Amino acid sequence: MIITDQIVEKHGLSKEEFKNIKKLLKRDPNLLELGVFSAMWNEHCSYKSSRLHLKNLPTKGKQVIQGPGENAGVIDIGDDDAIVFKIESHNHPSYIEPYQGAATGVGGILRDVFTMGARPIALLNSIHFGSPKHSKTKSLLNGVVSGIGGYGNCIGIPTVAGETKFNETYNENILVNAMAVGHAKKDKIFYSKAKGLNKSVVYVGSKTGRDGIHGASMASAEFDENSESKKPTVQVGDPFTEKLLMEACLELMKDNSIISIQDMGAAGLTSSSVEMASKGGLGIELELDKVPCREENMSPYEMMLSESQERMLIILEDGKEQNAKKIFDKWDLDFVVIGKTTNTNNLTLKYENQIVGEIPVEALASKAPIYDRKWIKKKTKKSSFNFKKLKKIKIEDALIKILSSPNHSSKNWITDQYDQSVMCDTVLKSGSDAAIIRIHNKDKAIAVSVDSSANYCKSHPITGGKQIVCENWRNLITVGAKPLAITNCLNFGNPENQEIMGEFAECLQGIKEACEFLNYPVVSGNVSFYNGTNKKNIYPTPVIGGVGLIKKLSKPLSHHFKKDKSSLILIGKTFGHLDQSCFLKENYSINEGLPPEVNLLNEKNNGESLLKLINKNLILSSHDISNGGLITALSEMSISSGIGAKILKPKKLTNLIEYFFGEDQARYIVEVEDNSIGKVEKILKENNIFFENIGFTQNEFLEIEGELKISTKDLFKINNEWYNNY
Amino acid sequence: MKSSVIVFPGSNCDRDIAVALEKMQFKNQMVWHKETKLPKSDLIVVPGGFSYGDYLRSGAIAGKSLIIDEVIKAAKSGCLILGICNGFQILTETGLLKGTLLRNKNLKFINKDVFIKVINNETRFSKKYKKDQILKINIAHNEGNFFTDHNHLNELKDKNLIAFKYSDEKGNVSENSNPNGSLENIAGIYNANKNILGMMPHPERMVDEIISNKDGINLFSSLLN
Repeated sequence: MIITDQIVEKHGLSKEEFKNIKKLLKRDPNLLELGVFSAMWNEHCSYKSSRLHLKNLPTKGKQVIQGPGENAGVIDIGDDDAIVFKIESHNHPSYIEPYQGAATGVGGILRDVFTMGARPIALLNSIHFGSPKHSKTKSLLNGVVSGIGGYGNCIGIPTVAGETKFNETYNENILVNAMAVGHAKKDKIFYSKAKGLNKSVVYVGSKTGRDGIHGASMASAEFDENSESKKPTVQVGDPFTEKLLMEACLELMKDNSIISIQDMGAAGLTSSSVEMASKGGLGIELELDKVPCREENMSPYEMMLSESQERMLIILEDGKEQNAKKIFDKWDLDFVVIGKTTNTNNLTLKYENQIVGEIPVEALASKAPIYDRKWIKKKTKKSSFNFKKLKKIKIEDALIKILSSPNHSSKNWITDQYDQSVMCDTVLKSGSDAAIIRIHNKDKAIAVSVDSSANYCKSHPITGGKQIVCENWRNLITVGAKPLAITNCLNFGNPENQEIMGEFAECLQGIKEACEFLNYPVVSGNVSFYNGTNKKNIYPTPVIGGVGLIKKLSKPLSHHFKKDKSSLILIGKTFGHLDQSCFLKENYSINEGLPPEVNLLNEKNNGESLLKLINKNLILSSHDISNGGLITALSEMSISSGIGAKILKPKKLTNLIEYFFGEDQARYIVEVEDNSIGKVEKILKENNIFFENIGFTQNEFLEIEGELKISTKDLFKINNEWYNNY
Repeated sequence: MKSSVIVFPGSNCDRDIAVALEKMQFKNQMVWHKETKLPKSDLIVVPGGFSYGDYLRSGAIAGKSLIIDEVIKAAKSGCLILGICNGFQILTETGLLKGTLLRNKNLKFINKDVFIKVINNETRFSKKYKKDQILKINIAHNEGNFFTDHNHLNELKDKNLIAFKYSDEKGNVSENSNPNGSLENIAGIYNANKNILGMMPHPERMVDEIISNKDGINLFSSLLN
């Protein structure tokens, strides 16, 4: 078969890239080889547009066992325990087929975690939909939520935290990011690097079908009006088989049989075998006749590019096959030796006793293209409206508008569809600043949270990038955890567009600065470009997933008010920043200006001081102040507890709207027992923290002297209606 | 007291129940579904999860597995059997319990803490509870909507075989307190001999104050005595 320009284009490769392939091979590729190149060189697998920027991120620290580059990141949480975690996008498939797209997103990220020897203990997600008024949003929301639940519930890993947001920027390109967190023994981490010659390469798990062929290439292109026709490129998930695969792998990992292991995710058999060989500096030879197939007459091309789910590739130590096979037989899973490691440094593909493809491994891995894409700085715009000329609004009306909006309504409708409690270690569930998961059989725990702020990132990418890291960090602090490390999922538009590439570069700059300052390294992540349809790009939406440690878990700290008549302290300074606030967006549909400034020094100082107070058991409840400002945060503390609060008017700042709805950063509300107030103030003063005593808790009503009085029951009702009526 | 937990492919609450049993000082063993013999047990637990992926119909394939014949034999000789969630579904598939579990009325998976009322507190499973005691307990299922025929419903009532009913915090049993559409708010039932209990809520999730509460403990301590 002659490879025409058309075939090359269909494989998502540019003319330049094709030339390069011919040069590397010193000949023309055949169709199979071209397919393998397209699978490895697409954006999704090669990170060709992002790599130069990603390498600037801080990835090291005392707490880091394994940074980016493996299936997932690994951090040290003391004793012999390690936490393995990663977030990944499944945006494109979820838009085309929401249930399966979301389900396999969860399945894929779980495999990344248990591949490394960790038992998954928590799932999180960040999902972004278009405007609720858009005709597709409702069915996409339903499909994605059932898909996430369908997979996680069946496999029996609790889905404990997440965020759901609506914005018309996602009308034609939703975001579905899934994060998995696992627990492993520090000395029992498994990696993908192959070692040794003539070692058996074993295929385990589900059979290979024709589903998902070219999935990774699909995820590396923009959508157009024909996107529906891409449905066959979406994989179909089977959480039951994944549960068996997980148990079988974890059972095999108990002894020393495995040299290296890699899940077959995007680009299936191709990327897993190339990854293992390239990391090990070896060649790999596969006999494709042996690949267990679900369908008849599958060609080598289809086998190499299939993205059928729930499959793994393992390189075994000599003489361990029999014992390993026994384990997979017990779980009724396929176990077939399909190849061996070689010293040729080639990926050699055999079929019916003939070599049907042979490519130098490095041509697929380290020699894959890297692009230094042109980018331009964001032209930031100050807001053009005059706040004083806006129609006056009562605090109560503005608050009700926010609490009843799709973006701020209680997400119970969603989270009730996820099993949050299975495994019996979920200490704090969804709806909190962060979830708390106990380490099984121990008295320590981790806190986890995912966060994003697309509006901030759109208007000022550097500040937005900093802000999401800080917000994530704060969320862990508020539940009493010491933040350790993050994973990030970078969802952006078309990188060939210089403005979009600029958003990427600047968001990353912000993330880097904040992570460095807070000693909060990035240990894993994923980039998703080409989020958009017909040249309309989504807002830049980096998502941060953070993990923190609670060394000794006694009483979990939540944001629910605990009792009446305790004192409320606002930590951090309020300037009243309203640009880009949800107050302006929900009440006036104004989406202008710059996000609140992020002062990393204050972030660090305020957060670390609060953690001191928490560790001294001086705090009854605490909550970070984010979207919607102070009064929204107070409402959330009331709604979740049924206890109200009486808030005094501020002494200095005169504009109450700015005071109560401003979104200034590095702020927390804490509830303090009356007799601890002295100690708390002393520690805050010693650490040079700006704080205000803003009032006290009381029964039934949330109240601002002379301005607002609303019962907690009403607040609850207002906050819980939207989803049920949608 | 010796207990056995049956493990099917796809069971996922097997570890949770084992932890709860061991915490309550049961001598527990896990029994793989391909086994053809049961260890000597005073209590057999069929745990929650998605046995065989719940393919075909929840509990249907597990209800035909090798070990189930042994469970049926043990049940008939009076051994105590507890089926939780998927375990309850499996027990109805085997015929050890009558009735069936339909899809939840809202057609969605539901996970939340609900309240149930102890209807019969005079069995081996419930004697440590007070009559009409209200328990706060976690449910997590897609098919928990209990249904049965008229004759069986009458039998359940006449012979006091209803174990728990969904209620509100104050014990009112009404449509508002029914999370999944179950017939007469039924959350758990006994067989005629009262040696088999099937229930949709998860008592094993309610034995630890730090993650939830201790409302499930008395079920296990009832069994111990």
